[in-house]
Amino acid sequence: MTDTTARLSVTKEPVRNTPAPAPAPRRARVRRHLTPWIFLIAPLALLITFTYAPIVNMIAYSFTDWDGVSPELHYTGVENYTELFTRSELFEVFFVSGYYLVASAIQIVAALYFATILSFDVRFRNFFKGVLFFPYLINGVAIGFVFLYFFQDGGTLDSVLALFGYHSDHAWLGTPFSANSSLAAVSIWRYLGLNFVLFLGAIQSIPGELYEAAELDGANRWQQFRHIIAPGIRPVLTLTVILSVSGSLSAFEIPYIMTGGATGTETFVIQTVKLAFQFNKTGLASAAALVLLLIILLVTWLQRRLVPDDKVDLV
Amino acid sequence: MTRRAVARTLVYASLVLATLVVLLPLGVVFLTSLKTDREMTGGSGALAFPDDPLNFHNYVTAFQDGRMLSAFGHTAFILVFAIAGTVLIGSMTAYAIDRFTFRFKKLIVALFLLAALVPGVTTQVATFQIVNGFGMFDTLWAPIALYMGTDIVSIYIFLQFVRSIPVSLDESARLDGANAFTIYRKIIFPLLKPAIATVVIVKGITVYNDFYIPFLYMPSQDLGVISTSLFRFKGPYGAHWETISAGAIVVILPTLTVFLALQRYIYNGFTKGATR
Repeated sequence: MTDTTARLSVTKEPVRNTPAPAPAPRRARVRRHLTPWIFLIAPLALLITFTYAPIVNMIAYSFTDWDGVSPELHYTGVENYTELFTRSELFEVFFVSGYYLVASAIQIVAALYFATILSFDVRFRNFFKGVLFFPYLINGVAIGFVFLYFFQDGGTLDSVLALFGYHSDHAWLGTPFSANSSLAAVSIWRYLGLNFVLFLGAIQSIPGELYEAAELDGANRWQQFRHIIAPGIRPVLTLTVILSVSGSLSAFEIPYIMTGGATGTETFVIQTVKLAFQFNKTGLASAAALVLLLIILLVTWLQRRLVPDDKVDLV
Repeated sequence: MTRRAVARTLVYASLVLATLVVLLPLGVVFLTSLKTDREMTGGSGALAFPDDPLNFHNYVTAFQDGRMLSAFGHTAFILVFAIAGTVLIGSMTAYAIDRFTFRFKKLIVALFLLAALVPGVTTQVATFQIVNGFGMFDTLWAPIALYMGTDIVSIYIFLQFVRSIPVSLDESARLDGANAFTIYRKIIFPLLKPAIATVVIVKGITVYNDFYIPFLYMPSQDLGVISTSLFRFKGPYGAHWETISAGAIVVILPTLTVFLALQRYIYNGFTKGATR
């Protein structure tokens, strides 16, 4: 449910035994030791500057009352954290994530269904594949506008419903429940394609003979799915679940573009961005961001513990 | 009907339904983009066809008033630098990690791995201060630096490919007197072409569509990229859905073209990019 290409299943470090280099003269040896570092200077500098330094700073800011501008900041201890956990409106945003979590579950099931049926012989297969995947490639702002019009009074949805004789005067983005459900539905529309393609890739890497063998043994489609496909794609499934959880917690684009966080659709990230960049509460925003980061890391870790990512080899 | 036939019908029905769900919202926006202001206020239903299907007036408005041309220019500029940087940095990192044994290698690999787990959105509050400190705030260099610096995906894609290049190639080149840089430049880099294609596609789409980073780091009106320029339609055109629709279509069209032209590579890119 998030911009997923960014975070990855992290597998083991590549292991290779490079043959031990023959003893070289001192100067050559020094140069040999330096060479990898020369290649790594730029990447490491960027990694530290834009990933690790911010995290360290963020931890530091979270214990201060800094406004992000003034040269003055005061150490306030855990005040930001107590504020975060006691002011209920700051914490309510997590309930909004619930809608996106439910949407993720629906999305994974639907993606799995479409990936399974499209991995068998179906007419116009490439057309359907393309149609299902394409939304993932569309610009988020454009999607936001497309669906603002979709949910407008007299917009796409109302017009379609009218075709079936149902005339609603329901403002789709008008109440928190309906607005959040609508936004979560948009994120299913948007991200289904990515999960679908990942599942499809995994299913297609399962050797075809397995199905033939299963069919000879009289297995039906459901049994084939249950015993061949499901175990075959488990690593991708695990990855998808992790990405969906962290994506649901950090939903931002669609709700920000469509409602700006109005009518109870404010998510954790929208709130953090507002705290930091509109109300200049850098300290409090840092604490909030850190809490989110820790929750996401915890979820990832739990997921890895519960479902160890052992490589499933079918052949 | 046999049971099989029923199952097949249901499968096709579900596919057609999904197609409608995907295409209908987009199709309606396309129709809207061709309608006139008067048609819209005259209460033309969302599903009605435009009176004049060749009315491109809204596109002209969107392009000129929405400053889409300069937005495309900025996006292209960022794309070129971010992609070139990502390819260079990703391949260098992969080469150094795979082909050398050195002290702290494990630590460095772990640092890259761990960074992959940190969602970018959570650290922006602090990243913002650093970008600001470099004086890059509100310049095109802020997104360029951020896109280059946080891309762990491409490092992984490159790592996979570097591992598949036989070490014997390096060794024979070394015997011919080539040093590490020559080997990287003349042997590794050219052999990485398929990986480079993957990275260019995946990165290109990510950068083209990103909203968060340009929105935070380039607030000034003159520095709009595709996403932020389109986002600004919300204010001035408020209720003018025909103009907003035209803007959205203008943004979607290049993606559609690239997708239709490079379909196969795009699928491959995403499966490779995400599962490794």
